[in-house]
This record gives sequence, C-alpha cells and structure tokens, in this order.
Amino acid sequence: MSIDITGVTKRFGDFVALDDVNVSIPTGQLTALLGPSGGGKSTLLRIIAGLDSADTGSIRIEGTDATSLPPQKRNVGFVFQHYAVFKHMSVAKNVAFGLEIRKRPKHEVTQRVEELLGLVHLSQFAHRMPNQLSGGQRQRMALARALAVEPTVLLLDEPFGALDAKVRKELRDWLRRLHDEVHVTTVFVTHDQEEALEVADEIVVINEGRVEQIGSPEQLYDEPANDFVMSFLGEVTTLDGRIVRPHDIEVELAPVPGAVEGTVTRVLRVGFEVKLTVATAGGDVTVAMTRTHLRGLGADEGSRVWLYAAKGAVTVAGTAVKETAVAG
Amino acid sequence: MVEVSTPTKWALRLVAVGYVFFLVAWPTGLLATRTFEGGVSNLVETLADPDVQSALALTGRVALLAVVINLLFGVTISLLLVRYEFPGKRALSALIDLPLSVSPVVVGLSLVLVYNSRDGWFGPSLSDAGVDVIFHTPGLVMATTFVALPLVIREIVPVLTEIGDDQEQAARSLGANARQTFWRITLPSIKWAVVYGVVLATARSVGEFGAVKVVSNNISGQTQTATLMVEEKYQNFAQDQAYAIAFLLVLVSIACLVIVAVLRPSSEK
Repeated sequence: MSIDITGVTKRFGDFVALDDVNVSIPTGQLTALLGPSGGGKSTLLRIIAGLDSADTGSIRIEGTDATSLPPQKRNVGFVFQHYAVFKHMSVAKNVAFGLEIRKRPKHEVTQRVEELLGLVHLSQFAHRMPNQLSGGQRQRMALARALAVEPTVLLLDEPFGALDAKVRKELRDWLRRLHDEVHVTTVFVTHDQEEALEVADEIVVINEGRVEQIGSPEQLYDEPANDFVMSFLGEVTTLDGRIVRPHDIEVELAPVPGAVEGTVTRVLRVGFEVKLTVATAGGDVTVAMTRTHLRGLGADEGSRVWLYAAKGAVTVAGTAVKETAVAG
Repeated sequence: MVEVSTPTKWALRLVAVGYVFFLVAWPTGLLATRTFEGGVSNLVETLADPDVQSALALTGRVALLAVVINLLFGVTISLLLVRYEFPGKRALSALIDLPLSVSPVVVGLSLVLVYNSRDGWFGPSLSDAGVDVIFHTPGLVMATTFVALPLVIREIVPVLTEIGDDQEQAARSLGANARQTFWRITLPSIKWAVVYGVVLATARSVGEFGAVKVVSNNISGQTQTATLMVEEKYQNFAQDQAYAIAFLLVLVSIACLVIVAVLRPSSEK
C-alpha cells in the first residue's frame, strides 16, 4: 500500500472535518476521494500532503511515517484547484522550480522541463508567463510542475473544478491517459461522481468526515454500501420504501403481483429520455425510460400504472428518504 | 459614468487645478525661483558650506538607516499580520497606524521621556553603557523610524492578503523550505509593494522635522539635519541658503515621485 491513513481525526473548532478515517491507497493506481462539498475530502488530501495536520492518527507514505514531516520532506506532488501558479515565473521556470530547489545540474533541469512540457503539450509555451495561458493550460503546467520532482504520490485537489465543462471533460480523459503513461500513485479529490466513475481505478466515498465506502467504480455502482453511496453515485427514487434507480423501474398498465399501484401525474421529455412522475400511496416515484419505450407502453398523464423494480436491479433500504438526490 | 454638462466639467477642472496650483505648484515654484535668483551661485555657495554638507550627509544617513530598519521590520511584521493568527493581532495592527495619527512632536517628546540620559526610563542605563540616544544620531534615527513606520507595512499588507498563500503552499509541497519560499516566491510577489513602501518611507524620512526637532539639540555639524538647518537659516535671516537647502529637499521628493511613477505601470503588467 502506498498511502496508509490510520485513525485520522481533524476538527476546526466545533466542526468535525474528519472523524477517525482509515484508508489505504494502493500503489500505482488512480484513486478518487469522492463526496459532497464540505465532507472532509480536501482536508484529508491536505493532511496527506502535510499542508494541514491531523489532530490524531497517522499517515504513512510508502512505508515511511510522514505524520510529523513538513510538506517539503514528504516528496508529494500537489495540484491545487486554483492552480497556484508562480505568477512571476515563466512556464518553464514554474516547472523547473522543484528541481532547482533540489539543486539538480542545469542541463538535467532543462532536459527534464522539456520532457515534461512535451508530456503536458505545452512545449511551445515554455517562455510565456502564466497569465498568458488559459485555465486548462495553467492546470496542465501545474501538473507538470508537480510531476517534475518525481513524487511518490501525486495529489490533486479538485483539479478541474475551476474549468468550464468542455475543458473539464478533455482534461479528465487526458489525466487518465497520462496516468496510464506515468503510473505514479495518484489521489484526486472531486465532488463530481461522473468524473470519479470515469477516471478512477478506485473510489473512496467520504461524507461528513467519514468514509462511507471504498471500492472500484463497478463495486460502488453495483453494490452500494448504503443509501448515501447509492444516491450520490446517480439519480435515485424511492419505491415501496427501497431506493432504486429510476431507469430500473418497470411499468405495466395491468396489475402485477407485488407491484405498486399509482397514477402518472407528469411526463417530462428530455432528449431521448422521458421522466414519469407517478403518485403512489408511498409518495411520488420517478421513472425514467426511453421515448420509444414509452410509446410502446402507451401510458400518459392520468394513466393507472403498476411499478416494480426490474430483475437484477440494485436496491437499498431507504433509511433517509431522499427524492431523486442528484449528485454533481 | 454619470454624464456631466460641459460647463460643470470645466468648472470642476478649474477648481482642481486651481487648488493644486495655489497650494503646491506656485509655492514650490517660487522656492525654485528664489534659489536661482542670482544664477546657480547661491546653490553652489550654500553647498560649499561644510555645515550644510554635514547636515545633508546626516539627513542622508538618518534616512537610510530609518528606511533599512523599516524595511526589515516592515516585511516581517506584514508577514506576521497576514499569515499568522495570534492574540493581540488587531491591537498590533491598530498600534502600527499610530505614527500616522500622532503629531511628530508628540513622538519626539515621548522618546525624550523614555531615553533621555538624566531621568528617562532606559536613558541613564544606556548612557552608562556608552550609548547616548537623545541629542545624538540614534535618537534622530529612532524618531525618523517611528514616523515612517506604517508606510512600508501599509503597502505590503494588502498585496500579501490579495496574493493569498496558495503559491507559498505550492512551493512547500515542491520541496522549498521556509527561507527558500520567502526568497523565491513571497518576496518576488510583493516586490513592487516593497519598492513603493521604501520610496514613500524615504520621502517621509528625509522630510521629517517635528520629531527630529525635539530629540536633536540642533548643533550645526553634529545633530542638525537638513530640515532643521532650513529653519535655523531662515530664522537667522539667511533666507537664500534656506531656500537653496529647501530646494534640494524638494528635489529629493520629486525624485521619489518620479521613481514611483516610473515603477508603478511596470508593476501592473
């Protein structure tokens, strides 16, 4: 295991940011810390980097106890949400910073900087100042800067959070490909479940300072540990006291044994998808299906329908009933 | 912007220009005219006077020391105020502005109370140790440092607050220790604020009169600074020399303003 976090607790005044967190992050993988804003995931990342300190608990990086090491001795690369570029240095100087601090020979620094700028596709911008770059380019530069020192772990704090949707998507794919090339143990924080599911090998779901579940994207999606994980990783609705995904509900116009009876109160068409709101004795249920499916079914507003969870659908007992909690 | 009628616009301009002209430009201009009334000979003769030379040198020395001290403490205190939380921070911040609001004469008097060698708090013991403050150069430096204290700090603090500590954290995570982070990241980021603060502090230090007047015994060639000499010459009816020295002081101020004007645009690139 590359990073071992044991019993980490952190308080800011009365607010408990992290409550006895235990996580092991595997070597060479891309791990996402996923959770809602204010859930403690950034705090955990900053504690790993040494930018914040834990009240109790310990951090081991590659077997070395790093709990009381200052950030400059942990050999971690850190990428900040707002880039934290060195404004008074050129792109090449920014990337060279860590190497110059380590007093590497000049030719080695030049060569490594060239290599890294090539890796992040910024070779032609080497002599620009950071304020002449776009947000996406700045973040790639920050990434090259963090990689320059050959860190044991690379930590990214909401790396694409400040970018617009299109650039985000591009950088996300690019980060995945980069990781496949470089293979450095990488941890990134995100509140975007789509980003985590698409990019990460492993996801740690953190909510209210606690780890809710650790697993691969498939595991989290197919076997959510609880209603929070299920509702955070996609749209959910409550059918007969259980949480289920809206597209996993079957609709029939005739009674079916064990099905829940209801009336369609609203039909909302969004692109290829249709969302039905069905009033049942247990409250409103949202059902998603394709337009074609709805046409074949022949239901409309006012129709009496019978609902049941599709065979093989993942359902979780709904302790806290949250109607279509949308992550993101 | 609100549309203003043409006559109003001209009236406003007239008021602004008139105000500055009668208060600043005309008096300073007259000073220059009087200095050069008989050609450059007045200025040259005044500068040849050893007492004048000594006064100018003393002002230079005192101002230099005061600015260096204010620079070192200014940067340190600014970092302390912006980057760290500690009890009494607000009180310290308020105290730093005190020299701006208190009359320089009061500053001089309070220094005399503490450091005079007869009955001051520290004075006698310092005097026994061979350090004389009041009526000597250290007193002049202290008084000047005191009055120029807030200038460097008030320039740096807003800049430090604005840039935040992101870049410093990034530097730390890249392996830089506190000293390297300061020299390579923090200082270059606040460079222009520091320069601007130093220029302002220099102008203030060179021109200080009130506080210096109280702590100096005004002995020509020893503790008489340029500003004190202007007053003395003027009162002794050596107006020509007074004007010449005053003109030199104005030149220093103008030089400071020019430096600031030249530097400012480049800092906003």
